[in-house]
Amino acid sequence: MTKEDIKKVVLDIITDIAPDEDLSAVKPEVRLRDQLSLDSMDFLDIVMELRKKHGIEVPEADYVQLASLDSCADYLLPKFQAKAGK
Amino acid sequence: MKDHPMSPLPRIVITGVGLTAPNGNSLAEFRANLLAGKARIAEIEVRHMGRQPVGVCDFDATRWQKRKEIRNGTRVGSISIWCAREALADSGLAWDSLDHSRVGVYLGITEHGNVETENEIHNISQFGNDTKYWTHHHNPRTVANNPAGEVTMNMGITGPHYTIGAACAAGNAGLIQAAQMLQLSEVDVAFAGGVSESIHTFGIFAGFKNQGALASHPDPTRASRPFDRDRNGIVISEGGAIYVLERLDDALARGARILAEIAGWCINSDATDAVLPNPDRQAECMRLALRRAGMKAADVHLVSTHATATALGDVQECKAVREVFAGCPGTFVNNTKSFIGHCMGAAGALELAGNLPSFTDGWVHPTINVGELDPECEVPGLVVNRPVKAPRIEAILNNSFGMLGINSALIVKKYGVA
Repeated sequence: MTKEDIKKVVLDIITDIAPDEDLSAVKPEVRLRDQLSLDSMDFLDIVMELRKKHGIEVPEADYVQLASLDSCADYLLPKFQAKAGK
Repeated sequence: MKDHPMSPLPRIVITGVGLTAPNGNSLAEFRANLLAGKARIAEIEVRHMGRQPVGVCDFDATRWQKRKEIRNGTRVGSISIWCAREALADSGLAWDSLDHSRVGVYLGITEHGNVETENEIHNISQFGNDTKYWTHHHNPRTVANNPAGEVTMNMGITGPHYTIGAACAAGNAGLIQAAQMLQLSEVDVAFAGGVSESIHTFGIFAGFKNQGALASHPDPTRASRPFDRDRNGIVISEGGAIYVLERLDDALARGARILAEIAGWCINSDATDAVLPNPDRQAECMRLALRRAGMKAADVHLVSTHATATALGDVQECKAVREVFAGCPGTFVNNTKSFIGHCMGAAGALELAGNLPSFTDGWVHPTINVGELDPECEVPGLVVNRPVKAPRIEAILNNSFGMLGINSALIVKKYGVA
């Protein structure tokens, strides 16, 4: 699993939870909220889908780490690697 | 008993209607199918229940909602938004220049939240019943005001909104609530009616099945057959009908097309049994509605029955209707559930809508699927299997009854008739 793989995982989740959004030009370094119409319930959906589809837990204190695709990749990579290593 | 004549209060009229029924997504389509005898009931898989005859609506929710709204909201929210938006378009109201804080939304529901809760119970069952997989959308989806609240969010309505829980009398109850709020000047425009998503909860099916009240038939379009000797229960359906209601003076001032006037109503209670209807209280309900309207039974030219095709319920309602409308040769009686099944919270509102065009086209649609009329369901004026051209239709009494002994009768009349 690479950081690019993780960005794709997150984008796939956003495709499901925000189906009206155009995700073709999402900038990985920019906060998702600043370029997409996402609210707090949507971020909870991202957390839930990571849990359900990938077995990844994101504690509430770490929600801020999901701000951008880049920060998602940085934060989630060790979690995905740890899971793959099990 | 005191009389409560409506004359000192503002007169209330219907100026728009939006609906989705299993056999129509507009009043014109619905009406055409009722007059053509076209039922539309599908056989679909119901969780834990196998294949069942069900009334399913096929409106395009994306006409009025973003896909995210549909995903995060409820099915009944989508039904409500569809109906309210279509009613608005039908009414010709100048929406953008209207004060949205003076608009109210009053929707009748049989139940709400069963669908969403069952879905989540099923969802977490896939994860060892660990509640950390329970969706955070559950509470906004299941609060009892959900259908009406989704309408306000979609349309930017800032006046009051709530639902009226009234079992299967809910469609009439929504309209009655709205008429009262308009008379009290709480609002200037009301979106009111009834809605239901109950086909998506297996619990409703299982409950009726174990009560011996769930319909079955090899041909799903023949499964709902009120008054037939071989009827065997209810076909559960989804749907909605929402009306635009205004005070008469306001409607006249803007030159609105007036579909009907709300003439009178009654809601009462059997206070006898949770599920068995009480024909004495039903008859009393109809009589009190007539009294409020200042009408005699013979002034009603069409009675839209509630009958759901249960063994006892149909007989009881027929008994009540026979009693109230004895000696009224100009009164026809029909039923709409034979086409669309029982739309639960939407039933009363949809059945009224299906009959409203009779004020202008003069036809009475029949109750269909009657192979052999149950002698106990013989009612003078009952229109069976084929539509009838009536000499005149100037007032309709719409029955809608529900569990826990709630009865409602709503009378509407053709506008301009004394």
